[in-house]
Amino acid sequence: MTQDKDIDQYLTGDGVDTAREKEIGQHIGYRYDVNLVPDYDRLTPFLREYMEVMGWDDLNWLEDVHMGYEESRPAVFDRNINGWVTVPPDITLPDNQQDRDMIARELLIRFQMSERHPLVELNKAYRKF
Amino acid sequence: MEELGREHESHRMGMHTEQLTGRTQQVFFSPSEERNFTYRTGFDVDFNKRTELDVADMEATAINLELRRLMSEGYGTIVVKNPGAKHSLGVSILNRLQLYFEGSLGYFGCGLIDGPNVRVSGRVGWSFAENMMAGTVIVEKNAGSTFGAAIRGGDLVCKGDVGSRTGIDMKGGTIIVGGRTGVLSGFMMQRGRLVVLGDAGDNLGDSMYDGTIYVGGKIASLGVDAVTGEMTELDVQWLKRKLAIYGLETPNGVENMTKVVAGKQLWNYDNLEPTEKKLVL
Repeated sequence: MTQDKDIDQYLTGDGVDTAREKEIGQHIGYRYDVNLVPDYDRLTPFLREYMEVMGWDDLNWLEDVHMGYEESRPAVFDRNINGWVTVPPDITLPDNQQDRDMIARELLIRFQMSERHPLVELNKAYRKF
Repeated sequence: MEELGREHESHRMGMHTEQLTGRTQQVFFSPSEERNFTYRTGFDVDFNKRTELDVADMEATAINLELRRLMSEGYGTIVVKNPGAKHSLGVSILNRLQLYFEGSLGYFGCGLIDGPNVRVSGRVGWSFAENMMAGTVIVEKNAGSTFGAAIRGGDLVCKGDVGSRTGIDMKGGTIIVGGRTGVLSGFMMQRGRLVVLGDAGDNLGDSMYDGTIYVGGKIASLGVDAVTGEMTELDVQWLKRKLAIYGLETPNGVENMTKVVAGKQLWNYDNLEPTEKKLVL
Protein backbone atom coordinates (compact mmCIF):
# COMPACT_ATOMS: atom_id res chain seq x y z
CA MET A 1 0.00 0.00 0.00
CA THR A 2 0.99 3.60 -0.48
CA GLN A 3 1.77 4.17 3.19
CA ASP A 4 4.64 1.71 2.96
CA LYS A 5 6.40 3.76 0.27
CA ASP A 6 8.19 7.09 0.31
CA ILE A 7 5.33 9.56 0.40
CA ASP A 8 7.27 12.04 -1.75
CA GLN A 9 8.43 9.46 -4.27
CA TYR A 10 6.87 11.26 -7.22
CA LEU A 11 7.74 14.73 -6.01
CA THR A 12 11.43 14.06 -5.67
CA GLY A 13 11.84 11.66 -8.59
CA ASP A 14 10.50 11.13 -12.09
CA GLY A 15 8.97 7.74 -11.37
CA VAL A 16 11.35 5.90 -13.68
CA ASP A 17 12.64 3.38 -11.17
CA THR A 18 12.35 -0.23 -12.27
CA ALA A 19 14.53 -1.84 -14.92
CA ARG A 20 11.60 -1.96 -17.32
CA GLU A 21 10.73 1.71 -16.72
CA LYS A 22 14.36 2.68 -17.37
CA GLU A 23 14.35 0.63 -20.56
CA ILE A 24 11.27 2.35 -21.99
CA GLY A 25 12.05 5.71 -20.39
CA GLN A 26 8.69 6.28 -18.78
CA HIS A 27 6.82 5.52 -15.60
CA ILE A 28 4.42 2.57 -15.67
CA GLY A 29 1.05 2.95 -14.01
CA TYR A 30 -0.56 5.62 -11.87
CA ARG A 31 1.47 7.90 -9.62
CA TYR A 32 -0.60 6.88 -6.63
CA ASP A 33 -2.39 3.78 -5.37
CA VAL A 34 -5.76 3.79 -7.15
CA ASN A 35 -6.97 0.95 -4.95
CA LEU A 36 -6.46 2.86 -1.69
CA VAL A 37 -9.84 3.28 0.00
CA PRO A 38 -10.38 6.40 2.12
CA ASP A 39 -9.89 6.59 5.87
CA TYR A 40 -13.08 8.31 7.03
CA ASP A 41 -11.48 9.46 10.29
CA ARG A 42 -9.65 12.05 8.20
CA LEU A 43 -12.62 13.78 6.57
CA THR A 44 -12.43 17.58 6.42
CA PRO A 45 -15.40 19.74 7.56
CA PHE A 46 -15.86 20.93 3.97
CA LEU A 47 -16.24 17.37 2.72
CA ARG A 48 -18.72 16.52 5.48
CA GLU A 49 -20.84 19.46 4.41
CA TYR A 50 -20.61 18.43 0.76
CA MET A 51 -21.82 14.91 1.60
CA GLU A 52 -24.75 16.35 3.53
CA VAL A 53 -25.80 18.68 0.71
CA MET A 54 -25.71 15.83 -1.81
CA GLY A 55 -27.61 13.46 0.49
CA TRP A 56 -24.77 10.91 0.65
CA ASP A 57 -23.54 8.87 3.59
CA ASP A 58 -19.99 8.80 2.34
CA LEU A 59 -17.63 10.40 -0.16
CA ASN A 60 -19.30 8.68 -3.10
CA TRP A 61 -17.41 9.48 -6.33
CA LEU A 62 -14.70 11.27 -4.39
CA GLU A 63 -13.51 7.89 -3.10
CA ASP A 64 -11.69 7.62 -6.44
CA VAL A 65 -10.01 11.02 -6.16
CA HIS A 66 -6.44 11.01 -4.90
CA MET A 67 -3.57 13.44 -4.72
CA GLY A 68 -1.48 12.61 -7.76
CA TYR A 69 1.90 13.84 -8.89
CA GLU A 70 2.42 15.21 -12.36
CA GLU A 71 5.74 16.52 -13.58
CA SER A 72 7.04 16.41 -9.99
CA ARG A 73 4.26 18.64 -8.72
CA PRO A 74 1.25 17.68 -6.61
CA ALA A 75 -1.85 17.69 -8.79
CA VAL A 76 -5.42 16.43 -8.92
CA PHE A 77 -6.97 14.82 -11.98
CA ASP A 78 -10.20 16.54 -13.00
CA ARG A 79 -12.24 14.10 -15.10
CA ASN A 80 -14.49 16.91 -16.32
CA ILE A 81 -11.64 18.58 -18.20
CA ASN A 82 -9.58 15.43 -18.66
CA GLY A 83 -6.47 17.04 -17.24
CA TRP A 84 -4.30 17.46 -14.19
CA VAL A 85 -4.83 20.57 -12.12
CA THR A 86 -1.85 21.60 -10.04
CA VAL A 87 -2.04 22.33 -6.35
CA PRO A 88 -0.99 25.89 -5.35
CA PRO A 89 2.66 25.86 -4.23
CA ASP A 90 1.90 27.60 -0.94
CA ILE A 91 -0.14 24.65 0.36
CA THR A 92 1.90 22.49 2.74
CA LEU A 93 1.29 18.81 2.08
CA PRO A 94 0.66 16.50 5.07
CA ASP A 95 3.03 13.60 5.61
CA ASN A 96 0.59 10.84 4.66
CA GLN A 97 -1.39 9.96 1.56
CA GLN A 98 -4.78 9.74 3.27
CA ASP A 99 -4.68 13.38 4.42
CA ARG A 100 -3.31 14.45 1.05
CA ASP A 101 -6.22 12.68 -0.65
CA MET A 102 -8.72 14.56 1.51
CA ILE A 103 -7.11 17.87 0.51
CA ALA A 104 -7.23 16.80 -3.14
CA ARG A 105 -10.97 16.04 -2.86
CA GLU A 106 -11.74 19.39 -1.29
CA LEU A 107 -9.68 21.32 -3.83
CA LEU A 108 -11.33 19.51 -6.71
CA ILE A 109 -14.86 20.26 -5.50
CA ARG A 110 -14.01 23.94 -4.97
CA PHE A 111 -12.57 24.11 -8.48
CA GLN A 112 -15.33 22.18 -10.25
CA MET A 113 -18.07 24.25 -8.67
CA SER A 114 -16.43 27.63 -9.30
CA GLU A 115 -17.22 30.12 -12.05
CA ARG A 116 -13.64 29.70 -13.29
CA HIS A 117 -14.12 26.08 -14.25
CA PRO A 118 -13.86 25.51 -18.03
CA LEU A 119 -17.18 23.65 -18.07
CA VAL A 120 -19.00 26.93 -17.39
CA GLU A 121 -17.70 28.41 -20.65
CA LEU A 122 -18.25 25.17 -22.54
CA ASN A 123 -21.81 25.06 -21.29
CA LYS A 124 -22.50 28.56 -22.59
CA ALA A 125 -21.02 27.66 -25.97
CA TYR A 126 -22.45 24.23 -26.63
CA ARG A 127 -25.58 23.68 -24.51
CA LYS A 128 -28.45 22.60 -26.73
CA PHE A 129 -31.39 22.68 -24.37
CA MET B 1 -27.44 20.49 -42.00
CA GLU B 2 -28.34 24.14 -41.55
CA GLU B 3 -26.55 24.03 -38.20
CA LEU B 4 -23.29 23.07 -39.92
CA GLY B 5 -23.27 26.19 -42.06
CA ARG B 6 -23.60 28.62 -39.15
CA GLU B 7 -20.73 30.01 -37.14
CA HIS B 8 -20.97 28.33 -33.81
CA GLU B 9 -21.37 30.26 -30.58
CA SER B 10 -18.00 28.89 -29.45
CA HIS B 11 -16.23 30.82 -32.24
CA ARG B 12 -17.89 34.07 -31.21
CA MET B 13 -16.65 33.46 -27.66
CA GLY B 14 -13.08 33.17 -28.95
CA MET B 15 -12.67 29.60 -27.75
CA HIS B 16 -10.92 28.49 -30.93
CA THR B 17 -8.08 31.00 -30.66
CA GLU B 18 -6.76 29.42 -27.48
CA GLN B 19 -3.28 27.91 -27.75
CA LEU B 20 -3.22 24.51 -26.08
CA THR B 21 0.15 23.98 -24.42
CA GLY B 22 -0.28 20.71 -22.57
CA ARG B 23 -2.56 18.69 -20.42
CA THR B 24 -1.53 20.14 -17.06
CA GLN B 25 -3.54 23.16 -16.00
CA GLN B 26 -1.27 25.73 -14.39
CA VAL B 27 -4.01 27.49 -12.49
CA PHE B 28 -5.76 25.87 -9.61
CA PHE B 29 -8.21 27.20 -7.11
CA SER B 30 -8.07 30.41 -5.15
CA PRO B 31 -8.25 30.02 -1.33
CA SER B 32 -10.89 32.77 -1.38
CA GLU B 33 -13.12 30.76 -3.72
CA GLU B 34 -16.78 30.93 -2.81
CA ARG B 35 -18.13 27.82 -1.07
CA ASN B 36 -20.41 26.08 -3.51
CA PHE B 37 -21.37 22.42 -3.59
CA THR B 38 -23.22 22.05 -6.88
CA TYR B 39 -22.42 22.68 -10.52
CA ARG B 40 -22.94 26.24 -11.72
CA THR B 41 -24.90 24.84 -14.63
CA GLY B 42 -27.28 22.77 -12.49
CA PHE B 43 -30.72 23.48 -11.08
CA ASP B 44 -31.21 24.68 -7.51
CA VAL B 45 -33.55 22.08 -6.02
CA ASP B 46 -34.98 21.43 -2.57
CA PHE B 47 -35.19 17.81 -1.35
CA ASN B 48 -38.26 18.79 0.68
CA LYS B 49 -40.14 19.91 -2.43
CA ARG B 50 -41.76 16.70 -3.67
CA THR B 51 -43.94 15.75 -6.61
CA GLU B 52 -45.29 12.65 -8.34
CA LEU B 53 -45.30 11.93 -12.06
CA ASP B 54 -47.45 9.23 -13.67
CA VAL B 55 -45.74 8.25 -16.93
CA ALA B 56 -48.01 5.39 -18.03
CA ASP B 57 -48.99 7.20 -21.24
CA MET B 58 -45.75 9.07 -21.93
CA GLU B 59 -42.82 8.35 -24.26
CA ALA B 60 -39.28 8.14 -22.88
CA THR B 61 -38.13 11.48 -24.32
CA ALA B 62 -41.14 13.29 -22.92
CA ILE B 63 -40.56 11.73 -19.50
CA ASN B 64 -36.92 12.82 -19.40
CA LEU B 65 -37.81 16.34 -20.47
CA GLU B 66 -40.51 16.50 -17.83
CA LEU B 67 -38.00 15.45 -15.16
CA ARG B 68 -35.76 18.29 -16.30
CA ARG B 69 -38.63 20.77 -16.19
CA LEU B 70 -39.56 19.70 -12.66
CA MET B 71 -35.97 20.18 -11.52
CA SER B 72 -35.96 23.65 -13.09
CA GLU B 73 -38.96 24.44 -10.87
CA GLY B 74 -37.00 23.40 -7.80
CA TYR B 75 -38.45 19.94 -7.17
CA GLY B 76 -35.79 17.92 -5.35
CA THR B 77 -37.82 14.74 -4.80
CA ILE B 78 -39.62 13.18 -7.75
CA VAL B 79 -41.60 9.94 -7.66
CA VAL B 80 -42.14 8.35 -11.09
CA LYS B 81 -45.14 6.03 -11.19
CA ASN B 82 -45.84 3.34 -13.81
CA PRO B 83 -42.49 3.45 -15.66
CA GLY B 84 -43.63 0.28 -17.42
CA ALA B 85 -40.10 -1.01 -18.21
CA LYS B 86 -39.62 1.77 -20.77
CA HIS B 87 -36.07 2.23 -22.04
CA SER B 88 -33.66 5.10 -21.34
CA LEU B 89 -35.51 6.68 -18.45
CA GLY B 90 -33.79 8.99 -15.97
CA VAL B 91 -30.73 9.60 -18.14
CA SER B 92 -28.28 12.52 -18.15
CA ILE B 93 -29.34 13.99 -14.82
CA LEU B 94 -26.40 16.17 -13.77
CA ASN B 95 -27.96 17.41 -10.57
CA ARG B 96 -28.58 16.61 -6.94
CA LEU B 97 -31.99 14.97 -6.79
CA GLN B 98 -33.97 12.26 -5.02
CA LEU B 99 -35.57 10.20 -7.79
CA TYR B 100 -37.81 7.19 -7.15
CA PHE B 101 -39.14 4.80 -9.79
CA GLU B 102 -42.11 2.76 -8.63
CA GLY B 103 -41.83 -0.20 -11.00
CA SER B 104 -39.26 -1.56 -13.44
CA LEU B 105 -37.05 0.06 -16.08
CA GLY B 106 -35.99 -1.24 -19.50
CA TYR B 107 -32.63 -0.88 -21.24
CA PHE B 108 -30.11 1.87 -20.56
CA GLY B 109 -31.91 3.36 -17.58
CA CYS B 110 -30.23 6.09 -15.52
CA GLY B 111 -27.22 6.36 -17.83
CA LEU B 112 -24.78 9.27 -17.71
CA ILE B 113 -25.99 10.57 -14.36
CA ASP B 114 -23.89 12.81 -12.15
CA GLY B 115 -25.22 13.38 -8.64
CA PRO B 116 -28.78 12.08 -8.10
CA ASN B 117 -29.89 9.47 -5.60
CA VAL B 118 -32.09 7.00 -7.44
CA ARG B 119 -34.12 4.07 -6.16
CA VAL B 120 -35.90 1.57 -8.40
CA SER B 121 -38.45 -0.66 -6.69
CA GLY B 122 -38.51 -3.23 -9.51
CA ARG B 123 -36.03 -4.70 -12.00
CA VAL B 124 -33.83 -3.09 -14.64
CA GLY B 125 -32.69 -4.15 -18.12
CA TRP B 126 -29.34 -4.11 -19.90
CA SER B 127 -26.69 -1.48 -19.30
CA PHE B 128 -28.32 0.13 -16.33
CA ALA B 129 -26.45 3.23 -15.04
CA GLU B 130 -23.96 3.02 -17.87
CA ASN B 131 -21.30 5.74 -17.60
CA MET B 132 -22.59 6.84 -14.20
CA MET B 133 -20.43 9.67 -12.80
CA ALA B 134 -21.69 10.26 -9.25
CA GLY B 135 -24.64 9.65 -6.94
CA THR B 136 -26.28 6.56 -5.50
CA VAL B 137 -28.51 4.13 -7.38
CA ILE B 138 -30.32 1.25 -5.71
CA VAL B 139 -32.23 -1.48 -7.54
CA GLU B 140 -34.39 -3.55 -5.23
CA LYS B 141 -34.74 -6.61 -7.49
CA ASN B 142 -32.64 -8.08 -10.34
CA ALA B 143 -30.68 -6.44 -13.16
CA GLY B 144 -29.70 -7.44 -16.70
CA SER B 145 -26.29 -7.68 -18.33
CA THR B 146 -23.61 -4.98 -18.43
CA PHE B 147 -24.88 -3.50 -15.21
CA GLY B 148 -22.82 -0.37 -14.56
CA ALA B 149 -20.85 -0.60 -17.79
CA ALA B 150 -18.04 1.98 -17.90
CA ILE B 151 -19.16 3.52 -14.61
CA ARG B 152 -16.78 6.28 -13.47
CA GLY B 153 -18.03 7.10 -9.99
CA GLY B 154 -20.75 6.77 -7.38
CA ASP B 155 -22.44 3.79 -5.76
CA LEU B 156 -24.50 1.41 -7.88
CA VAL B 157 -26.34 -1.26 -5.93
CA CYS B 158 -28.49 -4.21 -7.07
CA LYS B 159 -29.95 -6.15 -4.18
CA GLY B 160 -30.77 -9.17 -6.35
CA ASP B 161 -28.86 -11.05 -9.05
CA VAL B 162 -27.30 -9.46 -12.13
CA GLY B 163 -26.41 -10.79 -15.57
CA SER B 164 -23.06 -11.08 -17.30
CA ARG B 165 -20.31 -8.48 -17.77
CA THR B 166 -21.19 -6.50 -14.67
CA GLY B 167 -18.90 -3.47 -14.40
CA ILE B 168 -17.31 -4.07 -17.78
CA ASP B 169 -14.72 -1.36 -18.44
CA MET B 170 -15.49 0.37 -15.15
CA LYS B 171 -13.20 3.32 -14.48
CA GLY B 172 -14.17 4.11 -10.91
CA GLY B 173 -17.02 4.01 -8.45
CA THR B 174 -18.48 1.11 -6.53
CA ILE B 175 -20.84 -1.60 -7.79
CA ILE B 176 -22.47 -3.81 -5.17
CA VAL B 177 -24.37 -6.95 -6.11
CA GLY B 178 -26.43 -8.44 -3.31
CA GLY B 179 -26.86 -11.79 -5.05
CA ARG B 180 -24.95 -13.50 -7.87
CA THR B 181 -23.19 -12.04 -10.90
CA GLY B 182 -22.71 -13.64 -14.31
CA VAL B 183 -19.70 -14.42 -16.47
CA LEU B 184 -16.96 -11.92 -17.30
CA SER B 185 -17.86 -9.55 -14.49
CA GLY B 186 -15.22 -6.85 -14.04
CA PHE B 187 -13.97 -7.48 -17.59
CA MET B 188 -11.29 -4.92 -18.44
CA MET B 189 -11.99 -2.86 -15.34
CA GLN B 190 -9.49 -0.09 -14.83
CA ARG B 191 -10.27 1.13 -11.32
CA GLY B 192 -13.09 1.21 -8.80
CA ARG B 193 -14.57 -1.54 -6.66
CA LEU B 194 -16.90 -4.39 -7.57
CA VAL B 195 -18.46 -6.09 -4.52
CA VAL B 196 -20.37 -9.35 -5.04
CA LEU B 197 -21.98 -10.85 -1.96
CA GLY B 198 -23.05 -14.07 -3.69
CA ASP B 199 -21.31 -16.22 -6.30
CA ALA B 200 -19.44 -14.95 -9.37
CA GLY B 201 -19.48 -16.60 -12.79
CA ASP B 202 -16.59 -17.67 -15.00
CA ASN B 203 -13.69 -15.41 -16.00
CA LEU B 204 -14.11 -12.93 -13.18
CA GLY B 205 -11.93 -9.85 -13.69
CA ASP B 206 -10.65 -10.96 -17.08
CA SER B 207 -8.03 -8.54 -18.41
CA MET B 208 -8.50 -6.12 -15.54
CA TYR B 209 -5.96 -3.31 -15.46
CA ASP B 210 -6.56 -2.17 -11.91
CA GLY B 211 -9.32 -1.83 -9.33
CA THR B 212 -10.54 -4.32 -6.76
CA ILE B 213 -13.17 -7.08 -6.74
CA TYR B 214 -14.52 -8.52 -3.48
CA VAL B 215 -16.57 -11.73 -3.58
CA GLY B 216 -18.49 -13.22 -0.67
CA GLY B 217 -19.52 -16.48 -2.36
CA LYS B 218 -17.85 -18.89 -4.76
CA ILE B 219 -15.88 -17.81 -7.83
CA ALA B 220 -16.42 -20.13 -10.82
CA SER B 221 -13.08 -19.09 -12.31
CA LEU B 222 -10.76 -16.11 -12.53
CA GLY B 223 -10.11 -14.46 -15.88
CA VAL B 224 -6.73 -13.84 -17.47
CA ASP B 225 -4.46 -11.71 -15.24
CA ALA B 226 -6.90 -11.61 -12.32
CA VAL B 227 -5.28 -12.81 -9.11
CA THR B 228 -6.32 -13.05 -5.50
CA GLY B 229 -5.06 -10.31 -3.19
CA GLU B 230 -4.66 -9.86 0.53
CA MET B 231 -7.46 -8.20 2.49
CA THR B 232 -6.21 -5.27 4.57
CA GLU B 233 -7.76 -3.78 7.69
CA LEU B 234 -8.68 -0.71 5.63
CA ASP B 235 -10.50 -2.96 3.12
CA VAL B 236 -12.49 -4.58 5.92
CA GLN B 237 -13.44 -1.24 7.49
CA TRP B 238 -14.46 0.18 4.14
CA LEU B 239 -16.58 -2.87 3.22
CA LYS B 240 -18.38 -2.92 6.57
CA ARG B 241 -19.14 0.77 6.29
CA LYS B 242 -20.29 0.60 2.69
CA LEU B 243 -22.51 -2.47 3.10
CA ALA B 244 -24.11 -1.02 6.24
CA ILE B 245 -25.19 2.06 4.27
CA TYR B 246 -27.29 -0.15 1.99
CA GLY B 247 -28.43 -2.62 4.65
CA LEU B 248 -26.51 -5.51 3.09
CA GLU B 249 -24.51 -8.34 4.65
CA THR B 250 -22.28 -11.05 3.30
CA PRO B 251 -23.14 -14.56 4.53
CA ASN B 252 -19.65 -15.49 5.73
CA GLY B 253 -18.52 -12.15 7.09
CA VAL B 254 -16.57 -9.39 5.40
CA GLU B 255 -13.23 -10.72 6.67
CA ASN B 256 -13.77 -13.94 4.72
CA MET B 257 -14.51 -12.33 1.37
CA THR B 258 -12.11 -13.06 -1.49
CA LYS B 259 -10.25 -10.07 -2.83
CA VAL B 260 -9.29 -10.09 -6.52
CA VAL B 261 -6.87 -7.63 -8.09
CA ALA B 262 -4.94 -7.27 -11.34
CA GLY B 263 -1.81 -9.32 -11.78
CA LYS B 264 -0.58 -6.44 -13.98
CA GLN B 265 1.05 -8.76 -16.48
CA LEU B 266 -1.14 -7.58 -19.35
CA TRP B 267 -0.25 -3.91 -19.18
CA ASN B 268 0.70 -2.68 -22.62
CA TYR B 269 4.25 -1.66 -21.90
CA ASP B 270 5.92 -4.60 -23.52
CA ASN B 271 7.00 -5.81 -26.94
CA LEU B 272 4.34 -8.52 -26.92
CA GLU B 273 0.92 -7.73 -28.25
CA PRO B 274 -1.89 -8.25 -25.69
CA THR B 275 -3.18 -11.37 -27.43
CA GLU B 276 0.30 -12.87 -27.48
CA LYS B 277 0.69 -12.03 -23.84
CA LYS B 278 -2.54 -13.79 -23.03
CA LEU B 279 -1.20 -16.96 -24.63
CA VAL B 280 1.94 -16.74 -22.52
CA LEU B 281 -0.12 -16.39 -19.36
